[in-house]
Amino acid sequence: MNNQLIQAVEKADSSQGLIDTVKDLAAAQIEDAIPMLITVLGYNNPGAAVAAVDGLVLLGETAVLPLLEKLDGYNYGARAWAIRALAGIGDPRGLDLLLDSAVNDFSFSVRRGAARGLGFIDWEKLSEAEVFDAQQRVFLTLLQVSQDPEWVVRYAAVVGLHGLAKAVEVSAPKWLEDILTRFEEIIDTDTTLAVSARAQMAIADLR
Amino acid sequence: MEQQYLELPSEEVSENGESLTVEEAIANLRHEELGKRYYAAWWLGRFRVNIPAAVEGLISALEDDSDRTEDGGYPLRRNAARSLGKLEDKKAVPALIKCLESSDYYVREAAAEALEMLGDPSCISALIKLLDGGVEVAVLVPGKPHLVQPYEDIIEALGKLQAQSAIPLIKPFIEHPVEKVQYAAARALYQLTGEAVYGEYLTQALDGDNLQLRRSALMDLGAIGYLPAAKAISETLAENSMKLIALKGLLEHHLTINSKVNTQKSKVESQLLLSDEAIEVMTLMDSLL
Repeated sequence: MNNQLIQAVEKADSSQGLIDTVKDLAAAQIEDAIPMLITVLGYNNPGAAVAAVDGLVLLGETAVLPLLEKLDGYNYGARAWAIRALAGIGDPRGLDLLLDSAVNDFSFSVRRGAARGLGFIDWEKLSEAEVFDAQQRVFLTLLQVSQDPEWVVRYAAVVGLHGLAKAVEVSAPKWLEDILTRFEEIIDTDTTLAVSARAQMAIADLR
Repeated sequence: MEQQYLELPSEEVSENGESLTVEEAIANLRHEELGKRYYAAWWLGRFRVNIPAAVEGLISALEDDSDRTEDGGYPLRRNAARSLGKLEDKKAVPALIKCLESSDYYVREAAAEALEMLGDPSCISALIKLLDGGVEVAVLVPGKPHLVQPYEDIIEALGKLQAQSAIPLIKPFIEHPVEKVQYAAARALYQLTGEAVYGEYLTQALDGDNLQLRRSALMDLGAIGYLPAAKAISETLAENSMKLIALKGLLEHHLTINSKVNTQKSKVESQLLLSDEAIEVMTLMDSLL
């Protein structure tokens, strides 16, 4: 059965056929599907790539190492999708890559996905000693990303900071205050109404 | 308008092509090489150089006779009209109205779009004139990929400009055979009448099986800020980037209307009143990042 789903993707002979078979494979949530789902990210078929990313995110941490291993030397489009899968999974092993992508990637859709992902890292997977340092890097990076020239990346940075604020509410109340202060600045200064409104929504939730 | 849909970084645009200073670009509008004129006209719009010298230079370029295509089109005039739309200087309006009578379809199209962006109602009667003959004459030009007039842009502009007198003229276009013209009519009629039936018409278009048309309906819904479409927008099969732009349109339209209602309050205070609908739209946006 599992094998059949994988073969169906290999045999798909149309764009829509590929999307449908990848959706089926993703929904099956089987570990054996990981290499195939990662391969699909490089097919330059956005519909299929979205389905493959969804499938990889559902599979969660078991997909993290294969994704990281495959990233080097991968074509740009596929890298972007892989980074979005890692952002969706939130495993701290992808943290360095997300930190770098959120600031430096040239595509705003990747910066936006990475910024959001930084707010939803599964911190429990790190030791207490590691958490503080990693959260500090996320905090500083998201403050920087909240000044991105693209509105949608700044919006994603607010979502990321909102997520981080919830994670550190109890453990690091100082950061929570700093994040709230940044949100107030955004409300007063951001030129995009949607970004200000999202900061407002975060404040209402956190206070 | 197309530019914003692409997932290209804004930084990259400036790296491609020639880098210019503002003075060079304005001077290049009269450069002996036609290619440089064409590029300069685009450049001034791209970087929104809305200083009087740029606007005047572009207005003069609307009468250019040197740059011609094989079938008589005016490439420089097209670029100049497009850029003038972005520069927000209403001084350009009379010259753009004149362009609506150009023999070049693409000059008329660019002028209608620019007039929509400038938002000056003095062009309404000239736009309405292009709807003469109604749907019956709104047919394809033989051998060309376009209709006799840029109906989409004309109708959208009339909607944006709140041209109430155009309502009976626009209504028949909702049955035009070209879907994008139908959508433009629905979009304008929603803006002119506020009737939900037109918003619903566009919402249903999100279910269609042509990606280009779904994208078109997304942009229309974002432009009119039709709030009940939020969920359908988040679920239609299209790029998340475009869905996010459409949802941003809904959200900001809604927030602007709400803050107008609360005119007594300061900016910050009025934003404190995020409605349940606004929060729902933002929650959908979060899920698309």
